[in-house]
Amino acid sequence: MGGSFTVNHLIYLLQGMMWTVVLSALAFALGGVAGFGVMLMRTARTRLLRQISFVYVQLIQGTPLLIVLFVVYFGLGVVGIELPPLLAAGVSLMVYSSAFLGEIWRGCVEAVPRTQWEASECLALTRWQTLVDVILPQAARIATPPTVGFLVQVMKSTSLASVVGFVELTRAAQVVNNSLFTPFLVFGIAGVLYFALCYPLSRWSRSLERKLNVGRRQAA
Amino acid sequence: MKYNFDFASLQEYWPEFLRGALMTLEMTVIACVFGLVIGVLCAIGRRGKRKWLATLCGAYVEIVRNTPYLIQIFFIFFGLASAGLKLPIFAAAVLTMVFNVGAYTAEIVRAGMDTIHPGQIEAAEALGLSTPQIYWDVILRPSLERVYPSLSGQFVLMMLSSSVTSQISAEELTGVANSVQSESFRSFETFIVVAVLYFGMAMMLKFAFHLFGQAIFPRRRRLGTPL
Repeated sequence: MGGSFTVNHLIYLLQGMMWTVVLSALAFALGGVAGFGVMLMRTARTRLLRQISFVYVQLIQGTPLLIVLFVVYFGLGVVGIELPPLLAAGVSLMVYSSAFLGEIWRGCVEAVPRTQWEASECLALTRWQTLVDVILPQAARIATPPTVGFLVQVMKSTSLASVVGFVELTRAAQVVNNSLFTPFLVFGIAGVLYFALCYPLSRWSRSLERKLNVGRRQAA
Repeated sequence: MKYNFDFASLQEYWPEFLRGALMTLEMTVIACVFGLVIGVLCAIGRRGKRKWLATLCGAYVEIVRNTPYLIQIFFIFFGLASAGLKLPIFAAAVLTMVFNVGAYTAEIVRAGMDTIHPGQIEAAEALGLSTPQIYWDVILRPSLERVYPSLSGQFVLMMLSSSVTSQISAEELTGVANSVQSESFRSFETFIVVAVLYFGMAMMLKFAFHLFGQAIFPRRRRLGTPL
C-alpha cells in the first residue's frame, strides 16, 4: 500500500538485526554467569541449595519465556523501576538462559567420571580446586556443542523482545510490514536474516559434536 | 516502593483463565498429533532414496529450526491473509504450531532411526519383510520408543511456545491474560497467576506423557541399551 521495498527498508532491517545480535550477546553473557551459579548450586553438597536450584530450574523451564518477559516487564514497573525495553528483555532472557544453561552444564559436570572426583579427594584437593582444576576442564569439552546449540535458541528467543517494544529484527520487520503490507516479502527477508545468524552456529555445534564423538570413540 | 498485591480482584476472571488454559491444551494436542505425523513422514523422506525429497525435507527441518517461531507465525498468518486466504485465528495458530513442531519432531525421530543398527534392517530384508513392514516393525517402533522422552519434552515445550500465538490474537491462555490485565489493571498479578497455570499445565502434561509412555511401551528399556 505504501510503496515498494527499498534499500532504506533493508537498512532498517539490518539495524534491527544488529540489535538482535546485541541482545543475544547480552542475554548469553548474563545468562552464562547466572547459569554457572545454577550449575554450582545443582551440584552442591548442601541439600538445601540443590533443592532451591532444582525448583528454580523447574519453574523457569515450566513457564513460557513470553510470560517471564511480561512478569519482569510489568513486575519491575510496579515496584517503581522503569527499565528500558533492552534491559527488561535482557533480564528475562538472562533468567531463561540461566535455567537452561545451568541444567545443560550440570549434565556435563556429572558426565565426568566419578573416579576423577575420588582421585582428587585422595590428592587432598579442596572441592573448589577439584572443580576448577580437574572437573571443569573436562566438562567444558563435553559442554561446548550443547552450549553453542543453546546459543541458537537464545538468538531465536530474542524475537520475543519485540512484544515489549524493543526494536530488534522482528519488531523492525513488523514496522516495515505495517507500512508496505507485503508480509511474505518482509517476514521472508527477516527469516533469511535470522537463518543467516543461526544456521552457521547450528552447523558449528554439530561439527563440534562430531569431533567430540570421534575423540571419545578413539579413547574407548 | 511498597506494592500491595491484590489477587482478589482477579477472582472474577477465573472462568476466562480456565477457558484460555483449555484452549492452550486443545491447540497443543492437535499440533502434537499432526506434528508427529509430519515429523515421521519427514524423517522417512530424509532417509529415502529420492534425492529431491530428502533435500526438501532437510531444508524444511533446517529452516524451521533456525528461524524464530514468531517470524514463522507472522509469515504464515499475514502471508496467507495477504494472499487472500483468511483462516480463522484458531486454525491459523494451530497451523503454525504444526509447521513448527513437525520439524523438531522430524529431527528427533531421525536421530532415533539412526540408532537402529543396519544389521537389523538387513536381517529383516533377509527374512523377506516388505518395506512398509520393515519401516513399521523394525525401524519406527523401536526408534520411537527410544526417543519418547525427547519427544514428550519437545511437546511440552510446544505447549509453552503456544503462548506466542497470542501475538496474532489467539485467545489462548496468554491472550486471555492480555485482555484480563488491560481490564483489571493488575498486570503483575495477572501474569504471576498465568505463570503458575502454565507451570501446572507443564507438570500435568509431563505426568500424562509418562503414564501414556508406560501404557504404549510396556517393555520400556533404558535409553541406549541395545535392542
